[in-house]
Amino acid sequence: MNDSIVSLVDKYHLIAAFAVIGLTMYVAYWLSRHLTAGRLHGSAIAIIIGLVLAYIGGVSTGGSKGLSDVTLFSGLGLMGGGMLRDLAIIATAYGVRLHEIKKAGLRGVIALFLGVLVSFVAGAAVAIGFGYTDPVDITTIAAGAVTYIVGPVTGATLGASSEVIALSIAAGLVKSILTMIATPMTAKLIGLDNPRSAMIFGGLIGTTSGVAAGLAATDARLVPYGAMTATFYTGLGILLAPTVLFLAVRTIF
Amino acid sequence: MVIYGVALLAGCMLAGLIIGDVLGQLLGIDSNLGGVGIAMLLLIFVTGCLKDRDKLPETTESGINFWNAMYIPIVVAMAASQNVAAAFSGGMVAILAGVLSVVLGLALVPVLTGKKTDDASPLESTPTAPSGH
Repeated sequence: MNDSIVSLVDKYHLIAAFAVIGLTMYVAYWLSRHLTAGRLHGSAIAIIIGLVLAYIGGVSTGGSKGLSDVTLFSGLGLMGGGMLRDLAIIATAYGVRLHEIKKAGLRGVIALFLGVLVSFVAGAAVAIGFGYTDPVDITTIAAGAVTYIVGPVTGATLGASSEVIALSIAAGLVKSILTMIATPMTAKLIGLDNPRSAMIFGGLIGTTSGVAAGLAATDARLVPYGAMTATFYTGLGILLAPTVLFLAVRTIF
Repeated sequence: MVIYGVALLAGCMLAGLIIGDVLGQLLGIDSNLGGVGIAMLLLIFVTGCLKDRDKLPETTESGINFWNAMYIPIVVAMAASQNVAAAFSGGMVAILAGVLSVVLGLALVPVLTGKKTDDASPLESTPTAPSGH
């Protein structure tokens, strides 16, 4: 009986994921209304619940895809995977006014370059502080602080060791997860309540999953603006990190 | 029909991703450069044109709006499938590098946003009240 239910849920994994996420949203919004009197947004609580479940799933299975490594919840990987996530991000652009994007366009581009540079320098500084002296290691860890995709791509290009590549992925994951949690908490402080600052935020932080979840937890209407710039960030990072930025690191060390 | 809206969305996504891929190849990087962003611009542009000509009936719109409304649940599913355990097991180098880049990034947002003007004024009416404390 139990076995057949498990295999049924496994077979209809995406449908099971819809049900699980629906339930999570209900619990999160209930908590938001009754425990925080609406101060902490329901979607922020839902994302935190998701991250906690991902941690539990990761620790209990030893896999790399959070809760979706647990057979019963494998549909979460499809539902929250790149394909549907990007489709939903694009759908949020519906109803966005083009002139808002045009007005903030130049600042968004500046934010993109500055964002990659600042994250890279931050990562490099930490790597140097921990005693790394090889330019390849420093660049790979620094690229990980850009995003968890830029790190391993850069590391592979430069021929970094697998331990250093793993470190760079971990740095990028920390960035992404922290962005999800810290964005709604600091939104007021940094003036993240309008299209222009959302575009700048997307360019400065850049890690798509972090920006997508961070803005969803702050104000869903800001999502398209932030996502618009963030979507160029990883590509720009992959363009700059193994080339210009690596050369800069090598000149210094 | 609802499928027209979904198909329009899918078409914009594919077109954007193809353009992003070509851009990436032209620059010699093994990545898609802004495909999703380009797809967003395409969707804004195409739906704008269709609306002006009154060719975007409500049923078509609802095909796009459904995925728009599914955004937050999908993000929650994404959060639940993140490699959170690996992020914590990376040690202090990884944690500090990640934290520092987020702190600096967030701190620079008000610097680049600059003075409040009309395009930097808050969105009116708050159906989804921003949180924060």
